[in-house]
Amino acid sequence: MNIMSEAAVEKALDKKMNDISYKMIGKDVSVYYGDKRALYDVNLNVRENTVTALIGPSGCGKSTFLRTLNRMNDTIEGCRVTGRITLDTDDIYDPNIDVVELRARVGMVFQKPNPFPKSIYENVAYGPRIHGLAKAKADMDGIVESSLQKAGLWNEVKDRLHEGGTGLSGGQQQRLCIARAVAVSPEVILMDEPCSALDPIATAKVEELIHELRANFTIVIVTHSMQQAARVSQRTAMFHLGNLVEENDTDKMFTNPDDQRTQDYIMGRFG
Amino acid sequence: MSQVSTSPSMAALGATAKPERRDIGLRGRYAAERRFRLYGMAAIAFGLVFLFLLLFSVVSKGYTAFQQSMITIPVEFSEQIIDKDNERATNPQKLVSANYPVVARNALAKVLGVSEDDRQGLRAINGMISDSVRTQLRDLVTADPSIIGTTRTVSFLAHGDLDSAFKGQIDLSVAENNRKISDKQIGWMNQLAESGALAKHFNTGIFVNGASSRPEAAGVGVAAVGSLYMMLIVLVLALPIGVAASIYLEEFAPKNRFTDLIEVNINNLAAVPSIVYGLLGLAVFVNFAGFPRSASLVGGLVLTLMTLPTIIIATRSALKAVPPSIRAAALGLGASKMQTVFHHVLPLAMPGILTGTIIGLAHALGETAPLLLIGMVAFVADIPSTPLEPATALPVQIYMWANEAERAFVERTSGAIIILLIFLILMNVGAILLRRRFERRW
Repeated sequence: MNIMSEAAVEKALDKKMNDISYKMIGKDVSVYYGDKRALYDVNLNVRENTVTALIGPSGCGKSTFLRTLNRMNDTIEGCRVTGRITLDTDDIYDPNIDVVELRARVGMVFQKPNPFPKSIYENVAYGPRIHGLAKAKADMDGIVESSLQKAGLWNEVKDRLHEGGTGLSGGQQQRLCIARAVAVSPEVILMDEPCSALDPIATAKVEELIHELRANFTIVIVTHSMQQAARVSQRTAMFHLGNLVEENDTDKMFTNPDDQRTQDYIMGRFG
Repeated sequence: MSQVSTSPSMAALGATAKPERRDIGLRGRYAAERRFRLYGMAAIAFGLVFLFLLLFSVVSKGYTAFQQSMITIPVEFSEQIIDKDNERATNPQKLVSANYPVVARNALAKVLGVSEDDRQGLRAINGMISDSVRTQLRDLVTADPSIIGTTRTVSFLAHGDLDSAFKGQIDLSVAENNRKISDKQIGWMNQLAESGALAKHFNTGIFVNGASSRPEAAGVGVAAVGSLYMMLIVLVLALPIGVAASIYLEEFAPKNRFTDLIEVNINNLAAVPSIVYGLLGLAVFVNFAGFPRSASLVGGLVLTLMTLPTIIIATRSALKAVPPSIRAAALGLGASKMQTVFHHVLPLAMPGILTGTIIGLAHALGETAPLLLIGMVAFVADIPSTPLEPATALPVQIYMWANEAERAFVERTSGAIIILLIFLILMNVGAILLRRRFERRW
């Protein structure tokens, strides 16, 4: 992918953008933590090979919605999800759906870089190994290299693949986590404020990376930074108090939003 | 505004502008901090003084137990005494029941120049030789009957009282009738010491011998083997059961009233007096299951029950301390719960689990009360070859020796305490090394 020319990328994307295909469809999604309701009947569709940004003030439910997409909410005690979410044609809350398989298809990058306390190589190789994606060591080496290349980290770490992943800088760690997610070849990558713990230079690198990853993956990103949403995403969804306020093309969202609350939030009047 | 207007006038007066400082109680705060630091140092000093006193009293009383007085003299294995009628070929029992103490007594009498008719002198000499000489010479003769009739140089144990006197532990200013060793024996002792026949040697017996009513021949061998068996049983049973229980409770079990109840009960079990576990073991393992009394198997099972809560609590807190982000990372990659726990959480919790386990083991090693109830407080002379045979344990051995009257048992009690402490220190060093080995940054 890194050798694909910029024009080719744009062309491929344009083709996909013209006939809209939805990768994930959320219908009437509500989430409850115990008795507390965190999301109210959210209808949000995620387009294929598109970066969808979720914005909104703290506690508005954007992270909660993100985590329903690969059922990471399952790990929270007392959390309940109603409504319907599909990945392609599969209802991901169907009892017949295996959550392990789902998470292999919908990867996740977290707010704080969380590499395993193992070597860089092992960090990337872990996912493919548990899913049996590489038969021989050479295959695994290939997956590790291409994943690190996709994450733009290969040149920085190729000489110290067997050193600890926790010894990298914060930005490198986050790109390692992206490489780790990419290594499993998921269809969708969820990112929960991936740059909030990074400095501006590392942030710029990760944003550039998100832009490139878009060619191969569908990306949903939660961010607190309006500028970031504007820079990296094509579609933006605005949440407020557990409701989806508005979902629109990013350009329109930041210039001429349909909803007054979006306007106020973007202008910094609340939040 | 006022400051701006006043400053030129102050400058005109030539005064340096010095804003008045608020009293924010700094003096008091620093004083409180200094006081607190002093309290802390006093507490640590207090603890160190007592630690030093403990070690000093144990070591100063106990170091002599690692040396034992031996008498090394030529012994004539007289056929006259051992096998007068030469019937050893037909009756092997003869060599077993021969009167070996007389052999040793005569040898010592010869060295000291005491006539064989001096009955009082001979009795005094008997009082200088350990009774263990009987088995020692018997073993020599039965192993090689050809030494009968020859003279060999043999080292045998001096009597406990002579040993105490030789180590200077008996007050010789006390009237002769009131002490265990007579002036005549003291004279002989000095004579033997001068000729080099009586000397102190490193005491291997204290490590390998079993129980004995003769202090000079008593050792912690049986107790150490019993303790070793029990530690192995505790390790093999308590570690896997405890770790499995903690992993289930911490990572898999739903949090509901039932698991809360289990948690409260585990915490309570850790606080149950150990003697209660002894009663439980007696009722369940000995009376109901029919395991042999006094066996280290039963002791090990009882100590396992006692150690389990400690290991479970330590393991659970070690699992809790693993950052949730690691679990999220593994789950987010599509690892199953089991893979998450065994590939990531458990390795990170390993140092804590090992520390908890070794603390639990050390606790079990020093436990006495439950072992008294299941009959491990017994006179066991032979080293048990399996955990089903009767044995004692190190702390029980200390308890038994502390109840003995002879002066020589005092040093052995302290000596056994030193051995137990060395065991504990070794285990703790092992814990530290293992923790270093497994520790990883994240």
